[in-house]
Amino acid sequence: MMLYSLLALAYAFLYLPIVVMIVFSFNASNLVTVWGGFSTKWYGELLHDQKVLDAAWLSLKVAMTSATLSTVLGTLAAVALVRFHRFTGRTLFTGMVTAPLVMPEVITGLALLLLFVAMEHAFGWPAGRSMTTIVIAHTTFSLSFVTVVVRSRLAQMDASLEEAAMDLGARPLRVFMTITLPLIMPALLAGWLLAFTLSIDDVVISAFVSGPGATPLPIVIFSKVRLGVNPEINALATIVVALVGIAMAIAGRVALGREQSRRV
Amino acid sequence: MASPAPRFPWTDPNAAPLIRFEGVSKRFGDFVAVERVDLAIHRGEFFSLLGASGCGKTTLLRMLAGFETPSDGKIFIDGIDMTAIPPYERPVNMMFQSYALFPHMTVAGNIAFGLKQNSLPKPVIADKVKAVLDMVQMGKFADRKPHQLSGGQRQRVALARCLVKEPKVLLLDEPLAALDKKLREQTQLELVNIQDRIGITFVMVTHDQGEAMTMSSRIGVMNAGVIQQVGTPVEIYEYPGSRFVADFIGAANMFEGTVTVDLPDHVTTTCPELEHDLTIAHGDPVTVGTPVTVMVRPEKMAISRDKPAEGLNWAKGSIADIAYLGDVSTYHVLLASGRKVQVLQTNLRHTNEQPLTWEDEVHLGWHPANALVLTR
Ligand SMILES: Nc1ncnc2c1ncn2[C@@H]1O[C@H](COP(=O)(O)OP(=O)(O)O)[C@@H](O)[C@H]1O
Ligand SMILES: [Mg+2]
Repeated sequence: MMLYSLLALAYAFLYLPIVVMIVFSFNASNLVTVWGGFSTKWYGELLHDQKVLDAAWLSLKVAMTSATLSTVLGTLAAVALVRFHRFTGRTLFTGMVTAPLVMPEVITGLALLLLFVAMEHAFGWPAGRSMTTIVIAHTTFSLSFVTVVVRSRLAQMDASLEEAAMDLGARPLRVFMTITLPLIMPALLAGWLLAFTLSIDDVVISAFVSGPGATPLPIVIFSKVRLGVNPEINALATIVVALVGIAMAIAGRVALGREQSRRV
Repeated sequence: MASPAPRFPWTDPNAAPLIRFEGVSKRFGDFVAVERVDLAIHRGEFFSLLGASGCGKTTLLRMLAGFETPSDGKIFIDGIDMTAIPPYERPVNMMFQSYALFPHMTVAGNIAFGLKQNSLPKPVIADKVKAVLDMVQMGKFADRKPHQLSGGQRQRVALARCLVKEPKVLLLDEPLAALDKKLREQTQLELVNIQDRIGITFVMVTHDQGEAMTMSSRIGVMNAGVIQQVGTPVEIYEYPGSRFVADFIGAANMFEGTVTVDLPDHVTTTCPELEHDLTIAHGDPVTVGTPVTVMVRPEKMAISRDKPAEGLNWAKGSIADIAYLGDVSTYHVLLASGRKVQVLQTNLRHTNEQPLTWEDEVHLGWHPANALVLTR
């Protein structure tokens, strides 16, 4: 009994704010804190808010692009770190790829902003803050997460499978495409979803590298809240929670499925 | 497939070996895993590398397959220097200790994998896959995934996956280690039969001397990265070249001694642990005064209450222990010097006049031809 009370308290602490937000997104009243009956009108209003729609579309594009880019680059990095045992600086690179995981986001954001400004000054690219800069920034920090996920999967994989393929006549690229890639695919999917989730709810780094022409959804929510919370924001946030929840559920399923199919 | 290989190709000084190691060493950092190996393996042989775990057998095999590069020396297959040739272009296939079956492919897919790399037409691949599956009696399991197979079935698939490539050499790393005893003994014979039928040269790594003795045409005994002796099973058992091999293969009684007489057909030694001098007809060349080890296998000694006939070596002692194994018994006989000697006796009769038992005073006798002088 004691255990369940404690659990209830902890989970209430975790989830009550979200539940309240979701409930009030279906509030008919204009006042955030007064229940005025059930309604989906705020979801309807959202559909007419062009600024929010643009931001949502941008966030989606950024999240898909940066997740894909960081999955490709992260996989390559993981393969290099795990499969090539002896190259100069391997330990250094291993440390360096994981450092951004613990780097304060404010620092990462600031550093990227400074880099973009310097680059624009030097080569005229990237011109201003745009979707490109957000994608680059998000790829940069998601990359570490993908690398870590894929690296652990690769390290668990029996290296003699790749040797056996090579022994049977497959060249290294063939080996990678027909043996390694299918076997680490679950980790790639999990990494992609993780990168997607990280990107779609990022505020701090986006705040540094986004500009007037390209504002992702979390930033729009954030600036709307500054003007006062209204039920429309609740509806918007509920949709984001739903999206992230779905992504995490898929990632979980993929991870679980991989555990079951891996037992040979 | 191949024409029958001559029975003992290694005895022909003009035969060109299929595989040649020339001064091959492998170091991992400061650690020497394989040290200056010179070895010739002939077409059609079933060659085993035998040694304790960690002595460098797998490393030697992996150098042959191309997964490790020798630190020194060269490896030739069919006269061609393999140094610059990557694993996927070598005419060898390896059966891994873990079998390394691809978990995301079916049995048929696993076996077809190697053929696809040769870009053979699909119907040819299908025919070859079917034929090799039938050969290892796995035809019914073509559509299973590896995790749906038993250990013995996986072993067959791994074997078929290599055989279907028709390599010049098949490398097997402890192919039977994962199987239980009964299945292992049955599979030993099957492997030998398959090898006999298709005529491919097999090089097998094992730490199981019984397995090596049963299956091999010749055995290379390894210790700490060095090949101690190469020979047929009979040669390495009956005429071990060193104390290590004598001790490693089978059981051996060894007596330290000194040579007192050196004649062309025999030598005489005195051993502090034995009351009588020994006459020995085989072994390394020695001169008077050389310190030697005299080796006698337990089954080469006779045990009885009576003194052995004139001309035999003999010793006297009392029975300290008897290990009765049904077909044979091992007697541990304590000599006056405190030395214990092992004697193996076949249990021939049911009605032994009076069976030997603990504490009995007995004589041990053995012929000079059944002892061996070792200096290494
Ligand atoms: N890649 C490697 N790096 C470092 N040491 C190794 C490597 N491969 C093998 N060794 C070492 O070499 C020795 C021989 O290994 P191995 O050939 O696998 O022995 P065996 O197959 O006879 O049991 C072992 O001590 C092992 O630890
Ligand atoms: Mg081994």
